[in-house]
Amino acid sequence: MTTTEAPEAGVKIRPYSVNFGPQHPAAHGVLRLVLEMDGEVVERADPHIGLLHRGTEKLIEYKTYLQAVPYFDRLDYMAPMCQEHAFALAVEKLLGVRVPERGQYIRVLFSEITRILNHLLNVTTFALDVGATTPSLWAFEEREVLFEFCERVSGARMHCAYFRPGGVHQDMPAGLADDIWAYTERLPKFLEELEGLLTENRIFKQRTVDIGVVSRDDALGWGFSGPMLRASGVPWDLRKAQPYDVYDRMDFDIPTGTTGDCYARYLVRMEEMRQSLRIMRQCLTEMPKDGPVKAIDHKVSPPPRGEMKRSMEALIHHFKLYTEGYHVPAGETYSAVESVKGEFAVYVVSDGTNKPYRCHIRSPGYVHLQALDLMSKGHMLADVVSIIGATDIVFGEIDR
Amino acid sequence: MDFWSVYAWPTILIVLSILAIVVPIILSVAYLTLAERKIMGAMQLRQGPMVVGPFGLLQPIADGVKLMAKETIVPSGANRVVFIVAPMLTFFLALVAWAVIPFDDGWVLADINVGILYLFAISSLGVYGIVMAGWASNSRYAFLGGLRSAAQMVSYEVSIGFIIITVLLCVGSLNLSDIVRAQEDLWFFIPLFPMFVIFFVSTVAETNRLPFDLPEGESELAGGFMVEYSAMTYALFFLGEYANMILMSGMTTVLFLGGWLPPFDFAPFTWIPGVVWFALKVAACLFVFIWIRATFPRYRYDQLMRLGWKVFLPLSLLWIVVTAGALIAFDWLPE
Repeated sequence: MTTTEAPEAGVKIRPYSVNFGPQHPAAHGVLRLVLEMDGEVVERADPHIGLLHRGTEKLIEYKTYLQAVPYFDRLDYMAPMCQEHAFALAVEKLLGVRVPERGQYIRVLFSEITRILNHLLNVTTFALDVGATTPSLWAFEEREVLFEFCERVSGARMHCAYFRPGGVHQDMPAGLADDIWAYTERLPKFLEELEGLLTENRIFKQRTVDIGVVSRDDALGWGFSGPMLRASGVPWDLRKAQPYDVYDRMDFDIPTGTTGDCYARYLVRMEEMRQSLRIMRQCLTEMPKDGPVKAIDHKVSPPPRGEMKRSMEALIHHFKLYTEGYHVPAGETYSAVESVKGEFAVYVVSDGTNKPYRCHIRSPGYVHLQALDLMSKGHMLADVVSIIGATDIVFGEIDR
Repeated sequence: MDFWSVYAWPTILIVLSILAIVVPIILSVAYLTLAERKIMGAMQLRQGPMVVGPFGLLQPIADGVKLMAKETIVPSGANRVVFIVAPMLTFFLALVAWAVIPFDDGWVLADINVGILYLFAISSLGVYGIVMAGWASNSRYAFLGGLRSAAQMVSYEVSIGFIIITVLLCVGSLNLSDIVRAQEDLWFFIPLFPMFVIFFVSTVAETNRLPFDLPEGESELAGGFMVEYSAMTYALFFLGEYANMILMSGMTTVLFLGGWLPPFDFAPFTWIPGVVWFALKVAACLFVFIWIRATFPRYRYDQLMRLGWKVFLPLSLLWIVVTAGALIAFDWLPE
């Protein structure tokens, strides 16, 4: 737009500022975004955080290592198990405990279930943000099945507290493996239906292609990870780069985008779900049929119920574990996993007591949120909504 | 006696016939909301309202009672008069347009010769309700919503105007009943198919329905111009929107789908009264409205303007020329 008269010298036109959130249907939780706009065009996007701050890191310092596990479910509540995984790996590293093979397979299996859970939600709420209402309701139907798997294995649908330092809480119930296998056969059909509604939809493409483009260098410079980084064309995946548990035995591809826009992020997530299914199938076929699922060392993991009835020592272990907890040798570690949104890591400092001295959490969403201004500058208000949707923001992990 | 025969009876008669039109329309608006929830529910693997009455049939009544019982909140920064007038205007305009719609041969309140112009004028006024609401709310989201709707409705009205002209060329009359009668041999959606599509898409845009519901923009503007409204003021907007949907479907039916005419002019079809055919055709259009809503994402503001001005406008202009040319060349002009 051209103005006919130059504004008087010294006169500054104040931009139209809109307070986007925290009570906003597209704010994905409690994002408060102060947008400075020129008409519909966003000139500056200023994300404010802290509305969901619960002091998780500080609280963990006052909890034993086992008691800290459920806090990780409540960070990114869309990807609970992946985060437990990071904490479990960190504590295992400090303790020097090895997880039995079956336990490792179960953890990988459920990490991938978590990934599908999250991506189904993200892709479809992203579609909801650009105005398509149906995909999200379809996906909730599929997610329900996955939640039931979580429920059967741990007793809880979302906040499972299933991955514990030393393995997993308990073995999978009989029949669950078959049901998960059946699910891996049916999900691809659903994904095709979902793609039929979105991938080639003209309006969906108009709303996402070339929106929120982040170049390869910018993505690396802003510390992106996960699907956000891969959509910009960097094939970086911690599951391949520094495999943990049995990921080194898994055969899967890393989907990468070329354009780094919202559409590429969507496509990367869709493909990641398919790759997750591949990993799940490999887990189910290669998994040892029986065997322990948690460390044999009963100083770390609780003894079986039956043994407690007979063995005095087992009873004492149980009592000590659930009151005092275990003491972790002094040291520090940074353990990262490829969580659903990117590199999720915990930096645990132990001073040799039963509680962590410090537990810093590196959440991918926090890093991605920083780049919101970069991504949305010059776009329109409706694009900001697409960008937030494609960035996959969950405030639980950003505010911690 | 003179007073009764000249003034009173005609007035009473008009009031009664207005009621005979308005009451069924308000009822169908109520049940359109239920139909929408049921149809969208079926498309989205859920059931829709099930609790109030059998199959949720009393849900619209319950919703109405709830909205009437609620408190109307007027924001302190709002312009009270305009804020209250806006929803009334929207609702009023959505109903008043029905005066010229022929439900059956001769079933029309005002069989005026400029019926289509009247309809066009009334539907153009609809934007004022939204702009007034957006401005009077004194809220930033509402203001953006009002701005968007002003731009959107104006741009789609232009192409609707040209499409109406195309139809008029084929009919030779502005009277809606004549337009329907002209379709006795062939409904206009067959010869004018591209225009029919553009007209239908434009009516979707005109009624602010997905994928063109930018003034509301649930996910970006959080409700847009309606964001500050509550209770009956909100309900009037809601009723207005749905009455407009029915009106636009009625317009599509009259202009392109042969109004009250049966699809085939022989025995079993001609037994069914015209008003039923009209209702069925309107219902089919409404189903498409809802189907579209369940399927598509939302356009962005600039994309919507581009579609209106750079695609629909040239196309409809071109088609006027083509139609006029064909009518002259083959000597098909109506007398």
